[in-house]
Amino acid sequence: MEVLQILISGVSQGCVYGLIAMGFVLIYKATEMVNFAQGELMMLGAYLAYTFINILGMSYIPGFMATVISMAIIGVIIERGVLRPMIGEPPFAVLMITIGLGFILRALAGAVWGTETKTLSNPFTGSVARIFDLSIGYENLAIIIGTLILCGTFYVFFRFTRLGIAMQAASQNQLAAYYVGIPVKRIYSLVWALSASLAAVAGVLVAPVSLLEPVMGFIGIKAFCAAIVGGFGSLPGAILGGLIVGVAEQFANLYLPPGIAATTAYVMLLVMLLVRPQGLFASIQQKKV
Amino acid sequence: MRFILKTRYQQDIDVFKHNGQRFWFGLLAMVVVVAPLFLDTFYLGELSLVYIYSIAGIGLMLLVGHTGLVSLGHAAFLAIGAYAHSWFIGKGIPLPISMLLAGLISASAGAMVGRPTLRMTGIYLAIATLAFAHIVEQIIAHWESVTGGFRGQVVPDAMLMGLDLGHGAPFYYLCLVTVLLCLLAALNLLRSPTGRSMVAIRDSEISAQSMGINLARTKTVAFAVSAGFTGIAGALFAHKLGYLAPDAFTMLTSIQLLLMVVVGGLGSMHGVFYGAIFIVVLPQFIAIMRDTLPAAIGQIPGLEPGLFGLILVLFLIFEPLGVYGRWLKIKQFFDEFPLYRKATHKRQKSYLRTERLR
Repeated sequence: MEVLQILISGVSQGCVYGLIAMGFVLIYKATEMVNFAQGELMMLGAYLAYTFINILGMSYIPGFMATVISMAIIGVIIERGVLRPMIGEPPFAVLMITIGLGFILRALAGAVWGTETKTLSNPFTGSVARIFDLSIGYENLAIIIGTLILCGTFYVFFRFTRLGIAMQAASQNQLAAYYVGIPVKRIYSLVWALSASLAAVAGVLVAPVSLLEPVMGFIGIKAFCAAIVGGFGSLPGAILGGLIVGVAEQFANLYLPPGIAATTAYVMLLVMLLVRPQGLFASIQQKKV
Repeated sequence: MRFILKTRYQQDIDVFKHNGQRFWFGLLAMVVVVAPLFLDTFYLGELSLVYIYSIAGIGLMLLVGHTGLVSLGHAAFLAIGAYAHSWFIGKGIPLPISMLLAGLISASAGAMVGRPTLRMTGIYLAIATLAFAHIVEQIIAHWESVTGGFRGQVVPDAMLMGLDLGHGAPFYYLCLVTVLLCLLAALNLLRSPTGRSMVAIRDSEISAQSMGINLARTKTVAFAVSAGFTGIAGALFAHKLGYLAPDAFTMLTSIQLLLMVVVGGLGSMHGVFYGAIFIVVLPQFIAIMRDTLPAAIGQIPGLEPGLFGLILVLFLIFEPLGVYGRWLKIKQFFDEFPLYRKATHKRQKSYLRTERLR
């Protein structure tokens, strides 16, 4: 029973990793840029939700909506202002620029909301669902269900809508997408909007579990490990990788000494890169020539 | 304008290209040698720090600027060098040998990480080094018998033949000599076949491979050499800090090192020194600004990393060649005075060059 309990908390932690990892993968698939500030976007989303709900006094659902919409706008602004000039630059320059962006966002959050930890008021904390003999906190349940809904939505979006298919096209070949009349630049902005709002959802969902602080974005690095374990560039892989890393971490916390447990995600990443660099769901092949 | 008439093949690999360079660098050498006579202890310490960062920067520049591989975990090599040096000195090994050993250990750690991860390109390598740095951080924090764990440990004095090299002017000269040796080594490496193949790999892996360059070997060598230089820097850094604790070698340190080579100018050894001056001066500058600015702005927590990030972003967007690139442009402006055209250095718009098939 104890094992199952840990499994469930691992799954809910893994869903958070998975959600952030999906943001990485979305941007990487569409623009071939690696957004290292994804964790910071999540942090920003959580803080915006705090502003809407705790400071402005909106109720949970409208506050959630407002957060997602404003993060989408912020995503577009970041893309237009910072990353648009970098199209065609070497990937490493883009990587560096998003790292810098992460530092800026963290400093901004510290300046605006202060560094002391905050709690987001939400309808979940304190209630516990009992399924058979297992007790699951509502906040964890919300994370799991939210992830499931988002996965479904994304599947439908990329499979059936014009916009989703256009995004896939832009990601597969920029030039060819131009030729068939896809407005690639606008698609890029939309991808960033999508990814930033995804980060916002992750932020709002994770806020009841962890406290709000400017450094909460560091979780993004572990989510990155998850994305690579799952296979960078595959959305189901991102979720699966997140689950694997999350569950492994919970078990490591229990059975391994603390110093080793803290490195679980990184060790898994290194092992994965050694054994199967393309990840579990290999969707991207490097050019061989 | 200066035109160099080459009359000997040897001129192609000369360290100094013409007498103007010999004169200016000679002058600079004289200034830095006599610096302890007219600088007080604080500025001398800061200058030593510039040299230490420069050594690490030389290592990172060889990797990032000349081989085109990105490492987000160079703080780990700095840490390995620092702890190894401190341990060797504690065991009574003489200073120069201990520094060399620290560099060697760091280099072999670099080769160990580098060898398997070099099959990957770009971001994967960056992430792998990041993961490695995190793991090293944890090892340092928990391997208490050697590293002292979270409490840290005092670095033994830098004694050489009864002379304390750990402070003031002697330490300054120690750093100066080390940085000069490292710089010479790096410049020589860049003029050798290995260095040339590193640059070839940066410019195009495919063409480098078709010229018969062994990619894996060259990349591993680049990684090991880079880690080795950083390890030597770590050894000096240990003396500079005086007290080693894991929080001196975090991801922020790695980013700082990377910021240094980007701001200085990728692909030039001049850039390393500009970058090192920059990251040593910036915190001082911020400290002064904090006092003069109104409290609401000056007291922002995390102002320093935020500013680092901002400067990084601005440089990458507006001046990807860094301070050294800007300097070259200014020089060219005066060289060709009325004829300078702005479009000379215009960046070409390009489409995304994809690295993947699907």
